[in-house]
Amino acid sequence: MEDVAVENQKAPVIQPGYTFGTVTDKISAIVLTRPTSTGWFVGFGVGFMITMMMLFAIGYLVVKGTGIWGINIPIGWGFAIVNFVWWIGIGHAGTLISAILLLLRQSWRNSINRFAEAMTLFAVASAGIFPLIHTGRPWLAYWMFPYPNTMNYWPQFRSPLLWDVFAVSTYFTISLLFWFIGLVPDLATLRDRSQNRAAQIIYGMLALGWRGSARHWHRYESAYLLLAGLATPLVLSVHTVVSFDFAISIVPGWHTTIFPPYFVAGAIYSGFAMVLMLAIPIRKLYALEDFITDRHLQNSAKVMLATGWIVAYGYGIEAFMGWYSGNRYDAFTLWNRLHGPYAFLYYLLLACNIFIPQLLWIRKLRTSTVGLFLVALVILVGMWLERFVIIVMSLHRDFLTSSWGMYYPTRWDWMTYIGTIGMFLTAMFLFVRILPMISIFEMRTLLPEAEVKAE
Amino acid sequence: MKTTPIYGMMAEFDSPSDLVAAAHKTHDAGYKKIDAYSPFPIEDLAEAIRCTNHVPLVTLIGACIGGLSGYLLQYWVAVVTYPINVGGRPYHSWPSFIIVTFELTILFGGISAVFGMLALNGLPMPYHPVFNVPRFAMATKDRFFLIIFSSDPKYSPAGVRQFLESLGPRSISEVPS
Repeated sequence: MEDVAVENQKAPVIQPGYTFGTVTDKISAIVLTRPTSTGWFVGFGVGFMITMMMLFAIGYLVVKGTGIWGINIPIGWGFAIVNFVWWIGIGHAGTLISAILLLLRQSWRNSINRFAEAMTLFAVASAGIFPLIHTGRPWLAYWMFPYPNTMNYWPQFRSPLLWDVFAVSTYFTISLLFWFIGLVPDLATLRDRSQNRAAQIIYGMLALGWRGSARHWHRYESAYLLLAGLATPLVLSVHTVVSFDFAISIVPGWHTTIFPPYFVAGAIYSGFAMVLMLAIPIRKLYALEDFITDRHLQNSAKVMLATGWIVAYGYGIEAFMGWYSGNRYDAFTLWNRLHGPYAFLYYLLLACNIFIPQLLWIRKLRTSTVGLFLVALVILVGMWLERFVIIVMSLHRDFLTSSWGMYYPTRWDWMTYIGTIGMFLTAMFLFVRILPMISIFEMRTLLPEAEVKAE
Repeated sequence: MKTTPIYGMMAEFDSPSDLVAAAHKTHDAGYKKIDAYSPFPIEDLAEAIRCTNHVPLVTLIGACIGGLSGYLLQYWVAVVTYPINVGGRPYHSWPSFIIVTFELTILFGGISAVFGMLALNGLPMPYHPVFNVPRFAMATKDRFFLIIFSSDPKYSPAGVRQFLESLGPRSISEVPS
């Protein structure tokens, strides 16, 4: 691996001076020996309480029905789909980091791929809640899957909503497998290093008896690469399919061919913002600056700049097509965005997603963790607004003025949305406490001593 | 006197380079039933101990089965068992079937890659004789091990020990089975 020796002007991927032993000790100690800090309990506790709030909101929803939400015709989708698309998008960065950057041999990914994959899983889990409860009768959700049943009924395979079921469930399954298979060698490390009998048994069972045999590694590497090769088109397809939910319909503002690439770029944009928002506090709290270096933060910032411009291009084309198509409904959608009752959200969206992130061109800001954290937060807000603009502003004024309406989220909408953020944080807190958040075996391969010298 | 059957003889090395060199020498010395253990994947090592790898084939077969079953399922549902006439459009509206076919190709391919790899590796296997060597716990941290199995036709306790010592290992242990 010639890219281990980084050129001098760049920050290194891993600080010099580490050996196989110290890398292993440092990462596994966070899980095995480091006492659980008060901060962790506070963070976990707050996340857990917010999760309980979400369960309460969902419980009440099951009792009363979706009428407790702000949705009504003409806006039948509302927060549920806004949040679904937002969360799914966030998940995409994890797969991009773990699969696409692996295929591109970007070895800097090795220290952030594990928690980015965990982020993907928890984000997709949070996303999955929304369409499920939006059905109104989540206990019948299995009707969406094709299985022989006494109703003699089969799903409609020509519907984009059914494509979504397949895309999202495949995405979750493959992400879970990818994450777990990456964990197996590290679980074996924890099994061998743990002093606690219960932990030895639990990690031992999860490690599946991994012993690091050269034959196993050989097949393992090949399976891992194949999985990355399969996950790469998958991740691009998932948000494409999500965008088909809109683009296949004829609603003005939705029926457009720019949606698939623009959705995928937006997904990676928001996902990298979430990666930064997680990586910056984690590396500070767990003193991992040697492994998650400034190089990682700067590379993520550059990816955000690039994808941010693709997203800006998407907005530009949407506005251009509103004029160029000559379609009065498309033109009205554009006018409504600029001057309608929700116009302030559209301007806020442009500020959050296009103008403020341009600050990342300034090197000083890219190297400041506080600055990066704040820009990432702005982008996450902006991407949420983008989905709100697309969904609510297109639906609330379509073809007939007699069927226009307004959408105002209720407290139940907010409780469910904030609740999923709490669930996501709770899961992340548990993850950093019980599993190695950096891939130990992939970090070993980055060390200079991992190089095999020819005789 | 009852003796424990021996699974093999294991040598411990400090660096990946030492292990790869030792594996090459062991193979050249005519020992065929050998294995090596390392805390991270080493490409040259797989070459030195002559590994077979059928994971790509298994994945290909899985992906093909996934794609075919995805398309055929949709065809059967939409054309044969549950045809719905939407504005006179053909029942066999294949462009709509591409997405689910694609997703199931990926799903089956990915599942085959992971479970195929585990099955070919014989995992999960919670017990294995090499775990009987106390120092083997270091194999998941920073030590590199080479083993010659007792099933090798050239295996003799004294001969193998003498050969492994010639490789300059850090330690040598007999692995009880």
